[in-house]
This record gives sequence, C-alpha cells and structure tokens, in this order.
Amino acid sequence: MHRQGRLSVGGSNFVGMTEQEVRWTADRVLALAPDAASRAAGTEAAAAGLWSEAGCSGSGTVWGLCRGGGGAPYRTVVDTADASGPAYTCGCPGRGAPCEHALGLLLLWAGGGGKVPRAEIPRWAAQWVAGRRTGAGEGRTADAAGSPPRAAGGEAARRRAERRAERVTAGAEELERRLTDLFRTGLASAGQAGHGRWEETAARMVDAQAPGLATRVRELGALPGGPVRLLEECALLHLLARGWLRRDLLPEGLAATVRTRVGLPASADGPPVRDHWLVLAQYDTADSRLTTRRIWLYGTGSGRTALLLSYGPAGRAPEIALPVGQALDAELSAYRGGAGPRAALGERFAAPAPTTVRPSGTSTPRAVARYGEALRDDPWLDSVPVTLDRVVPVPDGDGWQLADADGDTALPLSPTARSRPGLWRLVALSGGAPVSVFGECGHQGFTPLAAWPEGPGEAVPLC
Amino acid sequence: MSRTTAAVDTALPGDWEELVTTAVLGTDRRAPAGVGPGRQAAAVLLDAAAAATVRRRAGLRPAPAAERPGPAPEDRRPALPPAAARRLAMLLANRPGASGTGRRGTAPDLMELLPQWLAVANARGFAPPPALLPALLDAARGRTDLRPSALRFAGPRALWLARLNPDWRFALRSAPGGGTSVPARHDTGGMRRLWQEGLFAERVAVLGALRSREPAAARELLASTWATERAEDRLMFLDSLRTGLGPDDEPFLEQALADRSRNVRATAAELLSALPGSALARRMAVRAGACVAVDRTRDTPVIVVEAPHECDAHMERDGVVAKAPAGRGERSWWFGQLAEAAPLGSWSRRLGGRTPREIVALPVADDWRSELHAAWCRAAVRQRDPAWSRALLGEPSAPEAGGPGAVSLAERAKLLGTLGPAERAEWVAGFIETHGLSEAFQLLGVCAVPWAAPLGRAVVDALNIARDAGSYPWSFSGVMGLAERCLDPSEAGRLDALLAVPDEPEDASPGAGGYWSEAFQRLVTTLRLRAAMLAELSPPAP
Repeated sequence: MHRQGRLSVGGSNFVGMTEQEVRWTADRVLALAPDAASRAAGTEAAAAGLWSEAGCSGSGTVWGLCRGGGGAPYRTVVDTADASGPAYTCGCPGRGAPCEHALGLLLLWAGGGGKVPRAEIPRWAAQWVAGRRTGAGEGRTADAAGSPPRAAGGEAARRRAERRAERVTAGAEELERRLTDLFRTGLASAGQAGHGRWEETAARMVDAQAPGLATRVRELGALPGGPVRLLEECALLHLLARGWLRRDLLPEGLAATVRTRVGLPASADGPPVRDHWLVLAQYDTADSRLTTRRIWLYGTGSGRTALLLSYGPAGRAPEIALPVGQALDAELSAYRGGAGPRAALGERFAAPAPTTVRPSGTSTPRAVARYGEALRDDPWLDSVPVTLDRVVPVPDGDGWQLADADGDTALPLSPTARSRPGLWRLVALSGGAPVSVFGECGHQGFTPLAAWPEGPGEAVPLC
Repeated sequence: MSRTTAAVDTALPGDWEELVTTAVLGTDRRAPAGVGPGRQAAAVLLDAAAAATVRRRAGLRPAPAAERPGPAPEDRRPALPPAAARRLAMLLANRPGASGTGRRGTAPDLMELLPQWLAVANARGFAPPPALLPALLDAARGRTDLRPSALRFAGPRALWLARLNPDWRFALRSAPGGGTSVPARHDTGGMRRLWQEGLFAERVAVLGALRSREPAAARELLASTWATERAEDRLMFLDSLRTGLGPDDEPFLEQALADRSRNVRATAAELLSALPGSALARRMAVRAGACVAVDRTRDTPVIVVEAPHECDAHMERDGVVAKAPAGRGERSWWFGQLAEAAPLGSWSRRLGGRTPREIVALPVADDWRSELHAAWCRAAVRQRDPAWSRALLGEPSAPEAGGPGAVSLAERAKLLGTLGPAERAEWVAGFIETHGLSEAFQLLGVCAVPWAAPLGRAVVDALNIARDAGSYPWSFSGVMGLAERCLDPSEAGRLDALLAVPDEPEDASPGAGGYWSEAFQRLVTTLRLRAAMLAELSPPAP
C-alpha cells in the first residue's frame, strides 16, 4: 500500500533555487519528525546497510530501497524541492507521517559520505515525482477533515439536506423521549443499566445521522462525578435536542451553533487569512473508531487563535503534523456557523520556522471570565483556548493549580491534566518560578498544553 | 469534592440542590412545583437544570491560590547546546521495548548509549533543560546503574522536583545527604551539628564530604562520637576512611582492631594492611615470611611453603578469620590471609633480593603455587602495586594466559585495574591477538573508554577472523556490544570494508555472513552516532 503525505519542515527557510542542491543537516531532518519516538525510529532506519540503490537527483529528489520485514524492499522517495515542505511516498505499512524510512533515508542523505550519491533517477521514483508535481496546486488547499460534498445540482442537494434534517428531527424527538423517561423514574433507579442504555441510544442517534448527538450520548456512559455531572450533561443534551427542534425560533448565530453541535457538516468557507501561525499544541484523542488530532494555532500578526481538526482511522495518526513552537506562513479559513475557533489550513507559503513570538497572555480571573462569555454563543462549550501569563504550578491537596504569580487567585488543573506526564514537565520548567502556559480553560479546570519559561526559551509541549 | 468544579463547592444554590435531588428520585415521585407528573414534569426539570448548568459554568470564579512551593535552587551550570538537548530527548524516549523487535538488526541500542552521554555531559559540566528532568528521573528510576550519573546531571532542580512526586523518592535517598546539602567547607559548626543530630544518610554525606577535602578532620569528627555509634553504623563510617587513606589513620585503625564487632575489626585490619608501613602490615610480614622460604638445596631454587599450624589470638586480633569456609583446609586458609595482608615489598628481602618478576617465576613446591599466587594477586590489588601486578599478569601472549592458569581471568581483570590505561589496553590487545575473543570479555570490561587504538584494532581484527572462520556473530554478542559502546568512534572509517556480505566459505554456518554484515553495520552506525553525540556536546569555540 502506498501512502503519500506532506511534511512540515523545520530549520531555515528555503532560499532560492540552489537550496535543493544542498544537503540538509541531520538536525533539519530530525525536525520533521512529529515526536521523539519517530526521531528515534528514523535514526535507526538510517543504517547504511538497510538501503540499496539509494540516490539523489540535482532537483531535490531522494530515493532508495529499504530492506524491510522480509518481503520485497520498500520503495521510499522524498521530494525535498517543494517550498511548502517535502513530500514523500513509501511502500511500508507503517503509520507514522513521515515514516521512519523517509526520515532514515533523509538522514543518510544528510550524513553525506557517499551513501546517497548523485545518480540517474529510476523510473519508479521519477513517475511518482512527475505525478506529484503536476498534481500539486490542487489538493493542497483541500482540508484533511473533508470539505462539504460538492453541490451536484442544487435541487437534489436541497432535497437531500431536507431528508437529513427530517431524520435528525426524528432522532432528537426520540432522544427527548428517552431523557424524560429517565428523569421520570430518576437517576437512582436507572442505576447500573447506565452504560448499555447510552450505547444503544448513541446507536440510534447514528442512525438518525446526528453524529454530534451520538458522541455526547456515548460520553454519558463513561462520565465520572456522580449524579451532579450526569444531570448537567443530560440537561445540556436536552437543551441541544430542544434547540434543534425549535431552531427556527433561535437567532441565526445560535441556530448555526446548534446545527454544528448536532453534527451537520460545516464548511470552511470563511475568507482566507494569511498570517504567521505559531503552532501552540498538537494532540490526539482516540476512541474505538477514530483518532482526532487537534492543532492549536496562534496568529502572530492577528492575535487570533485557531483550531485545526483532522481525523484518522482508529490507531493511526492523522497525516497533518506541525512542529510545536514554530511558526507557519499560511492561509487559514474559518469554519462558519458556530464552529468556534475551528479553521482549515489553506495554502502554505513557507516551511514552519522557529520564532521567538509568544501568544499574549492574561490572568486567571480574566481566563475564566473569557470562558463564561464564550458560553453566550455556545452553551455547550467545554473550554476555551487561553494563555496564562506569569502563573506558577502549585500542588493543592491531590491536585494541582496554576496560581497567578502576582495575585492570590488560581485555576485548578483538570483531571485530564493531572494524570498526564506533561504536568511534570510543566512543574520542572517552572521550578517554582512564573511561566506562561497555553491551554484549554473550562468547567473541568485548566488543561495546560504548552508552556514557556520566564526567560528566553522555546515552547515546551505538555500534551 | 474536588476544586475543579469550583462553582459546585463555592456556590451551590439551593434550587440546584433541589434539582439534583429531584433528578435522583425521579419526577414521578417528586414533581417540581406547579407541574403535574408525567413527561412534562421531567422536561421542566431538564429545562431548569440546563439553565442552571449554563449559569453555573458562566459564573465560574478562580479558586484561592494554595501555598506555593519554595523556588527550586538555581543551577549555575551552562545550558546544553540545542543539538545535544534534542539528542538527550531521543535517548530518553528510546525506552526498552519501545521498538519491540526481538533480533537487534542493524539499529543502535540507544539506551546503552545513555550512560556514555551522561558521563560526557557531566564531565563538560552542562545543565539539563528543565523540561527533560521528568524523563531523566524516570530513566534513573528504572535503571539503578544509571542513577549516580543521571542524578548528578539532573542537578539540584531534580531533587526539588523529586520532593513533589512520590515516584521519585529514590532520588532523595540516592542523593548525598538525602537531598539536604552538606554545609559549606568553612561552616565547621554546621558540619558538627549535622554530624551530631543528622539522619544516618546525612551523617554519611557529611563524613564523606569532609574526608575528601580534609582526611584528618573527618577522622577526628568520627573519633569524637565513635564510642557511642551502633556497630553497623561504625562499619559504614569506617568504610568512608578508604578515601584518602594514609599513615596518619593508623592509630585510629589500630584501636578499631579491638572493636566489639567482628566486621569492624576485619575492615580495620584490611585498611591497615593497605598501609605497607603500618605495624599490622609489619606483623603480617613477619608471620607470612615465616611460612615461605627458598630451598637452595635443589638444582634450581624452589619456593617451599610451611603453612601456620594454628591461628592464635594475636592473628585473630589482626583480622585473620580462624574458621575456614567449608571444604578448605584450615592451614591453607590461614596462610592465604597472612600472605594477602603482608606488604609485597617485604617479599624481595625475604626471597633473596629477587624482583617481583623473578619471584613469580620461581617454581613452588607441593602444589602451593596457586594458593600463594592467588594471595599475591589479592595483595597487589589491595596495595595497588603495578610492579607485582605486571609480574603476576605475565606476558599476554603466554600460553597459560588464555587457559585456567594459577591466575584466573577475574583476578587478571582486577590486576589490570592497578595499571595505567595505556598499559592495560596494550596488555589486553596482546591477549586478544594470541587467544582471540572468547575469553576477553571480562578483560575488555576494565579497559578505559574509548579503547586505545591498538586495543581497538586487535578487537576488530579478531572479530574479522571469527567471521572468516564461519561462526555466528551472536557467539560474540557480548564483545560486539562492548565494541559498540567502547571503540573509538574514529575507527568507524576502517570498518567500512567489513560491511559487505562476504562469500560464505564451505564450512561456514549457513547465513552467518549476512548476520555478520548486519552486526558490523550496527557497530558502524553506533560509532557514527557516538561521534555525533560527542560533537554535539563539544562547546563551541570561544
């Protein structure tokens, strides 16, 4: 199986056309790897003995055959000549993006020593490069999360949308019935049947083409925190179902939020905004079906915070990967209609490059206030992205909090954050001194995702 | 309830509690005011709960700040160069089992390079990036052999951190003084107070620190409380006198020979016997000398041994253990202890002015040779005597050096430890040239890293010969692993010729050539990686 993908480039920018002639440094290659484990795997794959027929062309293509797990060798090709980052293809079944073979090949090439000599490009590599370079330009602006289906005939599309709305309505009505039945008999008597009940209800919501409802219902089955939390979330679910059923009466903004929350497709048709986007955080969450990747970006010019969402099948990382702490010159288009900060990545103008810019921050009282204000437009919102300035991680009983260095208030860390290894990186980085922390601030507490030391220093990823 | 739901704690309004109670019991049993039972009542409840939930979330306020931990002590060492910091993150991410493949293939074993990396980083005096401290502490937690160097590199901030996480308590135990700092050199009062009032680990730290700078002051500190210490503490404290041991310590040690505890007595005797000028050493020389003589009546001079017939109270006081282990004759047991504790310098006078080499070459009558030579080996190691070590090691190319001779490989390894690094490497290189690699593992382990050029060449040549002989490389996996970690990285270039898969000789093990090529590739890759590691840790030229 062949996969293709784009890489993000760290290190210096491409300067002119001669750059592609220059071999990269190992550092620059390793900056492509999404995490430490893939850096290690790439280093391992850089053993000269693994490779045969490796070579590079004058136009920035590097290729080689890598001896793999017994069968035919993998054909690995990397095209380093593209200003928006190198692209690669590899015959391996691996899931990393880039895979260790692409990294290993580049490392071998970067190391010099005649392991990857200048050579005539073989047919199999040339074909891929040719196909890619003519295909480039399209596809690049496509969002990994899937654009809305192209309207093929306005009338048919409208009828389809209507049919779907009817099914969602039927689903919302059924959900309402189930919720009210539950609260007639009471949470106490619902007791143990909980989890199975929610799974079944979630399946009904999937049938009703309301994936947003289905996800919220499924989460009820695994909710910690006893009847209080369950009542809260059931009430918000009820609010969402009622909102859908009476969406005609809602102001347009709130109606759009309801449509998005219920799970109707949104489109990223906001005007493209070009900026140097600082990558604040990248993390994956997975359930049994899907891996969801969230990338938080901060527009160093506009001061806007944006969220890139992308998906992969369970157990596989989505292909888009950006280096935390670097800035990307690119266009972003916002999703419209109550999708919050979500945006789609458009054209990239240069590879991500190191930056000393940090997001501007605020205090803990202002952070919670910002969450409260955001609930006005989206009462289902769990958290908002916030950067806290000058806070100190402080142990507090079993938990931790981020306390204002210059005040007497603090934000407790969320239960998620308390169990992550990132907590200890944050505490180590601080050493009792103030740090800047970017994270998600909401009703569960604050979830730190990246931090900067008081003095100069790079962003430290915490997720 | 946790503070994360701060609103629930601080502002639980009466009507919200009411709603929760109704939700738990059910609206059929407890209808909200003004509505009849049935579906409508449940919907009213949910409406009210939704409004209350959004209101509560919108009204969240920050919590009061808890008491802040004291700041971490400052780490004054310079920060790691960026490339070295990335390398460290990579080495720490490569935990065992991460790659999950059984056979090692051609990939370097990154975790095995961590000790070397830490040693160089410590030697250059760099401080780690704070964000990597948790990974460093986790690595040190998993591997006790890494702890001293990892904790030294991790520095003061890591101890500060370890106090906040029970998983890292080991760091406080392993660190000198249990994480408390030893009082400064001039703070005599603080030192004395900590010695008198501190915990055991703190007292060991104080004594050790003082001993390394002012041996006499440390001895006097120990003597001031010696009579009141418990036996096992006396033993530990006495052990710290090994550092900076000198003739001045003799009176104190001589007094400890009368200690109530047998282990304390034995340690005192051992320390005294390492001082060739001590009275104990002279007494042992007399006793041992009485047992050994050169018989000149034969055609060639021969050493004859007459082992002692009894172990008297004076011998016992000087640390001789009277009771022999099971299976050993008492008299040879006693003799071994006497010969081991006697100063090596006394033998030349006793045996006709001969040099150590001449003495070792003398035949020994009646099967006493191995007993006598083994005792001399122990003495040469304890007294750190290179001349005797050289004599006992013999020529590396001598036929008996490879087999089980009078001096075992383990003893040879210890003897090598008393020689300088260059001489050690040269001897082991000579050994490998004659005897090959199968017995060399232990000897290679005592050689200084990176291996000196002649030694490296000898190992590579021997591996090459083993390959040509058609055996499988995993018969040499121990030496291969050592070579990956210890060969000088600059040797990598010379190994390129070995990377090709050779034609298999007819009598070779099937497929061996491919495996050898793989093993050599791993060797070369690892050497290149080490060279890169070292370069990254080299501070830029000023």
